[in-house]
Amino acid sequence: MKKLLTTTLLGAALIAGAAHAQDKEHLRIGVDVPYEPMEYRTADGELTGFDIDLGNAMCKQIKADCEWVVQAWDGIIPGLLARKYDAIMSSMTINDERRATVLFSDPYIKPPSAWFVPAGSSIETIYPQSLKGKTIGVQRGTLQDNYVTDMYGDVAKISRYTTADDLVLDMDAGRVDIAFLDFPVGKSTLLDSKEGHYKTIGGMITEPEKYFGEGFGIAFRPRDKKLAERFNEALATLKQDGTYDKIYDKYFKTGE
Amino acid sequence: MDQLNAWFTQLLAGNAIFTANTLGFYWNGLVTTVQLVFLCLLLGILLAIPLAIGRGSKRWWIKWPIYAYTYVFRGTPLLIQLYLVYYGVVFFNGIQDTIFWEVFKDAFYPALIAFTLNTAAYTTEIFRGAIKNTAKGEIEAARAYGMSKGLMMRRIILPSAFRRALPAYGNEVIFMLHASAVASVVTIMDLTGAAYYVYARFYAPFPAFIFVALIYLCLTFSIMFVFRRLEKRLLAHLRPRGA
Repeated sequence: MKKLLTTTLLGAALIAGAAHAQDKEHLRIGVDVPYEPMEYRTADGELTGFDIDLGNAMCKQIKADCEWVVQAWDGIIPGLLARKYDAIMSSMTINDERRATVLFSDPYIKPPSAWFVPAGSSIETIYPQSLKGKTIGVQRGTLQDNYVTDMYGDVAKISRYTTADDLVLDMDAGRVDIAFLDFPVGKSTLLDSKEGHYKTIGGMITEPEKYFGEGFGIAFRPRDKKLAERFNEALATLKQDGTYDKIYDKYFKTGE
Repeated sequence: MDQLNAWFTQLLAGNAIFTANTLGFYWNGLVTTVQLVFLCLLLGILLAIPLAIGRGSKRWWIKWPIYAYTYVFRGTPLLIQLYLVYYGVVFFNGIQDTIFWEVFKDAFYPALIAFTLNTAAYTTEIFRGAIKNTAKGEIEAARAYGMSKGLMMRRIILPSAFRRALPAYGNEVIFMLHASAVASVVTIMDLTGAAYYVYARFYAPFPAFIFVALIYLCLTFSIMFVFRRLEKRLLAHLRPRGA
């Protein structure tokens, strides 16, 4: 009798478990931290960032139960293929090399670059005329460097720095009139650490693709076409209902 | 010849790095490097001559400050001196509002100042050694002619000291050319700066740096050639007869 009861209970639990799995599918997403503001830990050790917030919102949209798996960058694609997790959402730039091994979702963000000027700068707009004779600071060899060199190399002087810190030092000194940086880098080195002394102008720059790339995508195993499709649909919905913009503004607020 | 031509064409085919654009960067870098090195050597030698004479002075208040200067500038890395001049000056409050800022705003002049002070220190010591090694007999002969100290310095000691200093100074010129590569860390687009740029843009360290190394090599050979010719002419009296 007792045995029968146990079996019945166990069976019931199993059925309940299966039913639970059916209405809430369990997904694991690989991520490499920290890479502010895309993915990082708060002071209490909690995962947060643009990728995390957007990923969770998408999971909610497709009615899946998502778990984040922290994985170092160099093993992140092998980990996906080895089924340690089902997707990668970790600021991964879409490119043809990676396309050969993984399936990408639609790009969900293009990492924005932005122009930074001292608070009292006379530069108000970004045109070749307004930058004429000015000194533009960039990090050497970055996509921002390539963009500025091609667009404004003829009219402005371009100072190339090895690190953003050197650039900030010369901007404080007044040797650089305007800097063009990866937005998160500029935000942490100029906007946040010297609050009130710098501002961005001209908004976020993410085009053209020739310089700024295809953007970041979620990576799946090539055979999981259906899953990728569901994430694409979820992304489209979130973009339409304003959730996406809310998350974007939370991490890429320009303060203009 | 055809074969060589074909090989060369093949070598350049599919070459995305050495386009007219990047060669332009290298050319501008070459001009900047030559300007910088030439100017700092010129200013350095103008500074070094009086300093070398003063360094041999019997008066302590002339001798010791010069010694301290050469000691400091020969005893610290050029890179540190460059950093101090370039990033250091901005910590003087309000320098942005003085006329000095016109000089220090651009990266070229701070680099020129650091390089000049550095090479002047070395050149001073080279000249001082040469002056000190003037043959006693020449000085005695000059005295016997009743020359004043100034005249003796001008006509006897300095000309022969220059000749003796020439080989060592030739080395200093070459060292200075090579040392000028550090200018790229303060945003100057010299030869090394151009190479860094090409490297960073194309992720191609070998082509970028080997090409620039070849340019430096050509420059070095030109300098060596000039100094060989000078030495041959000016030190003719030291050569064995009939050679």
